[in-house]
Amino acid sequence: MANNEIILELKDVNKKFDDSYAVENFNLNVKKGEFVTFLGPSGCGKTTTLRMIAGFEIPTSGQILLNGQDIGQLPPYKRPLNTVFQRYALFPHLDVYDNIAFGLKLRKLPYKTKDKKGNVVTKYRKYTREEIDEKVVAALKIVDLEAFESRNVTTLSGGQQQRVAIARAIVNEPEILLLDEPLGALDLKMRKEMQLELKAMHKKLGITFIYVTHDQEEALTMSDTIVVMKDGQIQQIGSPMNIYNEPANAFVADFIGESNIYVGTMTGSKKVRFLTSTWDCVDDFPINEKVDVVVRPEDIKIVPVNKGNVNAKIISKIFKGIHYQFTAMVGNNEVLIQSTEDSPVDIEVGLSIAPDLIQIMEREFTSNVYEDGYINKNNKVVFAGATWDCDVTQLVEGSSLDEDGYFIAKGKKYDLNDLDVIVDVDMHDIEISDDLEAGNIVGEIIQMVWKGDHYQLIIRTEDEEDFVVDTEWTWNEFDKVSVKINPSKIKLKLKDDLSKYEI
Amino acid sequence: MKFNFKRKYLSFPYVLFLILFVVIPVLFIVYYAFSNKGGHLSFQNLVKFFSDSTNVNVLIISFVYAIINTVCCLLIGYPLAMILANKKLNKSTVLVMMFVMPMWINFVIRTGATRDLLNWIGISTGANSTLTTSIGLVYNYLPFVILPLYTTMLKMDQSQIEASADLGANKVQTFFKVIIPMTMPGIVSAATMVFMPTLSSYVISDILSEYNVVLFGSYIDLYFGQADWNFGSFMALIMLILIGISVYITRKFDRGEQGRRSIW
Repeated sequence: MANNEIILELKDVNKKFDDSYAVENFNLNVKKGEFVTFLGPSGCGKTTTLRMIAGFEIPTSGQILLNGQDIGQLPPYKRPLNTVFQRYALFPHLDVYDNIAFGLKLRKLPYKTKDKKGNVVTKYRKYTREEIDEKVVAALKIVDLEAFESRNVTTLSGGQQQRVAIARAIVNEPEILLLDEPLGALDLKMRKEMQLELKAMHKKLGITFIYVTHDQEEALTMSDTIVVMKDGQIQQIGSPMNIYNEPANAFVADFIGESNIYVGTMTGSKKVRFLTSTWDCVDDFPINEKVDVVVRPEDIKIVPVNKGNVNAKIISKIFKGIHYQFTAMVGNNEVLIQSTEDSPVDIEVGLSIAPDLIQIMEREFTSNVYEDGYINKNNKVVFAGATWDCDVTQLVEGSSLDEDGYFIAKGKKYDLNDLDVIVDVDMHDIEISDDLEAGNIVGEIIQMVWKGDHYQLIIRTEDEEDFVVDTEWTWNEFDKVSVKINPSKIKLKLKDDLSKYEI
Repeated sequence: MKFNFKRKYLSFPYVLFLILFVVIPVLFIVYYAFSNKGGHLSFQNLVKFFSDSTNVNVLIISFVYAIINTVCCLLIGYPLAMILANKKLNKSTVLVMMFVMPMWINFVIRTGATRDLLNWIGISTGANSTLTTSIGLVYNYLPFVILPLYTTMLKMDQSQIEASADLGANKVQTFFKVIIPMTMPGIVSAATMVFMPTLSSYVISDILSEYNVVLFGSYIDLYFGQADWNFGSFMALIMLILIGISVYITRKFDRGEQGRRSIW
């Protein structure tokens, strides 16, 4: 079905709205006939990327190549692509037939002819009424809406309107069909049906599909290739199987399917320690390196006590139709297990995991580092858009502050005002509070990942500065919180030559 | 006895108002139209109206002015409403207010001022009465065109315009094939709000043409002023029938637009 010919190429595409990037360094090759899905939470830039391909947005920088030609600056009506919109965007003043024929009636077809002098010239003609008729009827047949030609679009159900929208796009035989969350407004059952129909349609038509959704199940069901996005950046590109089984980072693992994510330490070659035990794995990382460990709930086996790698206590059980979902505790760590076999609650069991099902990945964040900090005239440190109390005497061993606030080190006196420093704050040392007055700066929780015994949150301030925080407390995404750091936990490192500040 | 409140009681004030101020006056008009000065039933007004070509001419001239006024208002008002409804070009509602604000001034004073202004810049109201009357009409009725168009355009879904571009229509094609048809309800209600009142308006034409242009409204006023209530009423009745016909036509236009009716 998909061959290796590249139809669409996005090169270093960036899109900036006001001051913030909606899409950053987007690089992607789409093969002819491929079904590509952009997947990510709302606001991740997936729709903006699609709109740039369609031509409704012009990239701030970068190239969009269709069959090798840059179309990045062309208006939408000059691009041989068609879009299926989220809320259909049918024309209410036209009936089903005229909606579908809209694009055909505008199309000009080049043809070669000889003029009076016998030279070959290219002229343009429009589709004839019969040709349009034939194409519209064929398109209606593809979307299963035969005999709907003269119906008013406003009297159709949501599913039928969506079919008309699809017919209106495919009737023009676009090189690529763009679909912007086309099933978002349908109910669950309808959506499942349409997913399979779209997939079948893709197979039948052989057109390249680029599909945008926030529904991971939809993406896994339909796509050849999934592009997982977050914050305008590609997190991972791969086949559904590849993305599910080998997530590139904790975000992808958390977003696609259910998963257990833990902080682990490499204890030897292909040995990792997490959940109070050492496990064999198939990935190799340097010894003693902290890593993120991802285990899918269905990959954990419940075995009799002491027969597994670690013992756990099952604390709850939910029947989910085809499987049971257990929650077990290993020390303070929660383990989510899915199994088709029943097991009583409140008993000790053993857990075992096959080595190749333990996914190990480099930690995205190990600590918060701010390279652009500086000391102000009150010997406080400024970073991440706020001013913080800190202990500046850690910069040089054995230093102190005199009563005027000057910095004394090795018998010399310094004025630290404007001194550039690198600030390092551990993720455990950031306190957050819902009392917005309690901290130095206010931000919004933009991401929350459960890591077995704690949550890892990312808090973003208005100036787009991020704090990565480990906390045991449950928050909600999009909560507004204030951030506070204990002065003694702010680690400072000299970036400048201190001697310039001597007085 | 206990008083039982029923929902239909709520309609009583409206029904009373309707009877007192609409039904009875219309009956009076019908009565006067088909009676002579002595109060006896007669068709002499009907005969008088159609036997004198002046009467029919005034009606035709009024129609011409109403059509010119409606077309001019739409041609000026439509692009203006588009600009006002475009969030990129117009970031505040202040501009919209500026177009509506002239309506706050008493319109006789406003029209008088228009006359003086036109004379002052050299367009004499006596010599160019056709032009000055048209200018006055357009100026007065423009807000009535802008407002309904502006509200329809605000409600218009941007994605349909994008869909049109996506399907291969350039800006001009999108305008004629999508934007105009989709704003049709606004155009229809704007046209009705201008066309009908222009037919019966008379202050503007009187003041701005120094009585050179006589519209149907002034004609009716003329007969009432001369205490010929019977003939005046007959012409008012004709007016009423014309309005009825045009409302019927507008309804036909508006069909198919669900849940939306022009205010007429």
